[in-house]
Amino acid sequence: MHQKSLVELATDLRSGVCSSEELTRACLQRIAGHDPRLNSFVTVTGSQALAAAQAADAAIKAGNAGPLTGIPFAHKDIFCTNGVKTSCGSRMLDNFIAPYDATVTEKMHEAGAVMIGKTNMDEFAMGSSNETSFYGPVKNPWDETTVPGGSSGGSAAAVAARLVPASTGTDTGGSIRQPAALCGITGLKPTYGRVSRYGMIAFASSLDQAGPFTRSAEDAAVMLGAMAGFDPRDSTSVDRPVDDYTAQLNAPLQGLRIGLPGEYFGDGLDAGVGDAVSAAIAEFTKLGATVTDITLPNTHLSVPAYYVVAPAECSSNLSRFDGVRFGHRAGNPQDLTDLYTRSRGEGFGDEVKRRILVGTYVLSAGYYDAYYLKAQQARHLIRDDFMQAFKQVDVIMGPTAPSVAFKLGEKADDPVSMYLSDIYTIAVNLAGLPAMSIPAGFSNGMPVGLHMVGNYFEESRLLNAGHCYQQVSDWHTRTPQGFE
Amino acid sequence: MAWETVIGLEIHSQLATNSKIFSGASTTYGAEPNTQACAVDLGLPGVLPVLNEEVVRMAAMFGLATHSTVAPRSVFARKNYFYPDLPKGYQISQFELPIVHDGYLDVELEDGSSKRIGITRAHLEEDAGKSLHENFMGKTGIDLNRAGTPLLEIVSEPDIRSAKEAVAYMKKIHSLVRYLGISDGNMQEGSFRCDANVSIRPLGQEAFGTRAEIKNINSFRFVEQAINYEVERQIMVLEGGGEVVQETRLFDADRHETRSMRSKEEANDYRYFPDPDLLPVELDEAYIAAVRESLPEMPDAKKARFVSEHGLSEYDAGILTATREMADYFEAAAQVAGAAGKLTANWVIGELSAALNRDDCDISNSPVSADMLGGMLLRIEDGTISGKIAKQVFEAMWQGEGSADEVIDKQGLRQISDAAAIEGIISDVLDNNPKQIEQYRGGQVKLFGFFVGQVMKATQGKANPKQVNELLRKLLDG
Repeated sequence: MHQKSLVELATDLRSGVCSSEELTRACLQRIAGHDPRLNSFVTVTGSQALAAAQAADAAIKAGNAGPLTGIPFAHKDIFCTNGVKTSCGSRMLDNFIAPYDATVTEKMHEAGAVMIGKTNMDEFAMGSSNETSFYGPVKNPWDETTVPGGSSGGSAAAVAARLVPASTGTDTGGSIRQPAALCGITGLKPTYGRVSRYGMIAFASSLDQAGPFTRSAEDAAVMLGAMAGFDPRDSTSVDRPVDDYTAQLNAPLQGLRIGLPGEYFGDGLDAGVGDAVSAAIAEFTKLGATVTDITLPNTHLSVPAYYVVAPAECSSNLSRFDGVRFGHRAGNPQDLTDLYTRSRGEGFGDEVKRRILVGTYVLSAGYYDAYYLKAQQARHLIRDDFMQAFKQVDVIMGPTAPSVAFKLGEKADDPVSMYLSDIYTIAVNLAGLPAMSIPAGFSNGMPVGLHMVGNYFEESRLLNAGHCYQQVSDWHTRTPQGFE
Repeated sequence: MAWETVIGLEIHSQLATNSKIFSGASTTYGAEPNTQACAVDLGLPGVLPVLNEEVVRMAAMFGLATHSTVAPRSVFARKNYFYPDLPKGYQISQFELPIVHDGYLDVELEDGSSKRIGITRAHLEEDAGKSLHENFMGKTGIDLNRAGTPLLEIVSEPDIRSAKEAVAYMKKIHSLVRYLGISDGNMQEGSFRCDANVSIRPLGQEAFGTRAEIKNINSFRFVEQAINYEVERQIMVLEGGGEVVQETRLFDADRHETRSMRSKEEANDYRYFPDPDLLPVELDEAYIAAVRESLPEMPDAKKARFVSEHGLSEYDAGILTATREMADYFEAAAQVAGAAGKLTANWVIGELSAALNRDDCDISNSPVSADMLGGMLLRIEDGTISGKIAKQVFEAMWQGEGSADEVIDKQGLRQISDAAAIEGIISDVLDNNPKQIEQYRGGQVKLFGFFVGQVMKATQGKANPKQVNELLRKLLDG
């Protein structure tokens, strides 16, 4: 049952092959069996999940089933879930029971999907390896000595290990696509504004965007259909109808114009990854796509610009964690300053503190123009590069990450090397574009991700390309050893 | 040395919306602590602000009423600092691109002259909550009801040259926001307060002196006291050979003095940057035109109209248009009184204002409504009662004894205008005072007043005074 795709399971549920309760129990059992090793869940909501599954079964029986009714899934622990701990991977929120639902939580609930738990993540979504979590690192199911990527490492590992058919994640600089690549699954970051950020604990507000993890593009289309939509509670969400993302999945790729930026295939790219990606792109040409070399000349600005903008916004977003109203509070504070410094000092981990410090610095009087304003200018240049490119091509392709999953601990003490693992994904967030990572082969036995970037609100086109590729490849069906 | 005072005011006016600037929670004053703070106001993880459109309209009204530019594009920014009653650790405000900028207001001074005070900018922001230090078991309590209440911060140019000018300007802004209906201007509840930037310089010098900022002054009287104290203090410092330090000071209303709160060095670096959770506010010409269309008559225009239409003096018109409520009251009463503008003005400024002051009552809650006052003035106009008796009628109406006509009937206050009746009373008075007649006729003409008084006394003031005068003269001199 755990090898079936979300779409197959939905068919089974409606035809009575299995019930949501059976499916949910099966998932819970797999979590109990495998997750002690993987550590992909922070919280498992077994009894709530079973109650939701029974409700879904009743809805299915009554003929009220949608494509997600009764499907078990997991939320990244960044989405507020009413009555359930929402930790954001931090000691700061280890005691935080969210008193309300995020819009994404509500939408998944309305779609009848069964939340089975909350997944592990880098603390406040800051990291690319899931090693900054207060709850310890997540292991990559393909090799438990390596990282699953981050920050949505738990969500990616749980889907890769077939613990759940789908999960949610958030992507600020690559936090959906990079772990999807490293875990050999499909991950989609929608256009900024397509999915509501309300109730999603903010890291960098102008970059954060929620999206799904699944094993296939087809499943991602179903998930995105439920998650997307305008939300009056999020001023940055876009009031525009949601596409039927499944409608164009099988459209022929004849004439699809693929752009390959030279900047994404240069120094720093692992040869095995490059080979796998090139082979995958060759498959697309067989499907009728054409390939053009393009240039994104300001690519080199993306990592520096990102590491100004994201820390600046996070330094402000994380100010609310002060020990006054919720979250970790230091014991016996002597005075206000002591309450603040110890609550925050104890509650936040090193990477979060590092980014708060950087962000505070770049926003300080006298530095703002040199850093924050400059970074915003760089952001415009990066966006303009993409707009130029999309005059020529429909989809930009390249590797999702420069290497396959690295060893746990390998980059933990080298922040810059860690930051560079998002070098191909970051520019997309700075521009607010939709992008997707799909499995495209292996290098040294570890999965490689193909990165596909589309123009604004062209999620359908990405899903179409991904789905067609997955009809002629089987990388997405490969299962890590021990999880078959 | 002669010193010149330079003052700029930052006025915080709470906007009279039903809900908060970025959430749907109520803004009603005086609720139990933390009962009007929703998830957004509490700054819970994950919540997002959504701009209340009403505040934009109100700010645009203010801009248009002060000859300012209403910006086609303005941007909300985060002002970052830590304080327990600031839930998010930042205040959403406007920084580089405020919604209103570059306007002015003409202010009338006591000597009758007018002075133009520049308005640098007016921007929208959210209020913080309140820290409650008293009666809280030795700890500090936080009440977030006020958090997220919409404020318009109105920043003047340093054009003000005395405490009196500052008060006149502040009163004018106060009147304006109430005219526009964008603020209740309630100073006790903190809906209208100001910070004063005060410096002095040798008379004739162009460069500004170092300024001190006096925070959170919430009455006109305190503004005057605080500025006067501060000016004196700075003069003493400079004349004593010292230097004024740039700092924030607090006004102690009990001791009538300002005290240092923090120096420039201790000041926060607020790390302003555009709030990524909110889109820029973009207003097109059609929107601004619609707001302009909706503006009520402004105090200055109303004042000019009162002068031309009701024949009032500039002075009276100025008093009557100081608040929209008083102006509306005046116009309603004058209409009932048959357009007796001057008489109505005298009564509103005189008896009515005195009674309102005496009983600490707001004109909108006056026991004597505009209709009632107008009805009474009509009876003065038609000679039913004299101006003197009217005071008695007014007092009775004030005490709730009914309309003017009811009071006049009940108390038998109708004026005696029957010449025969008055003559009869005058003859009685003359018969009873032969000695005074002799003295009067002997040259003591001042005694005429005595006879008038006697007649009025005999009629309990109801005799028509004009007729009494005429008849008395005829009988005494004739």
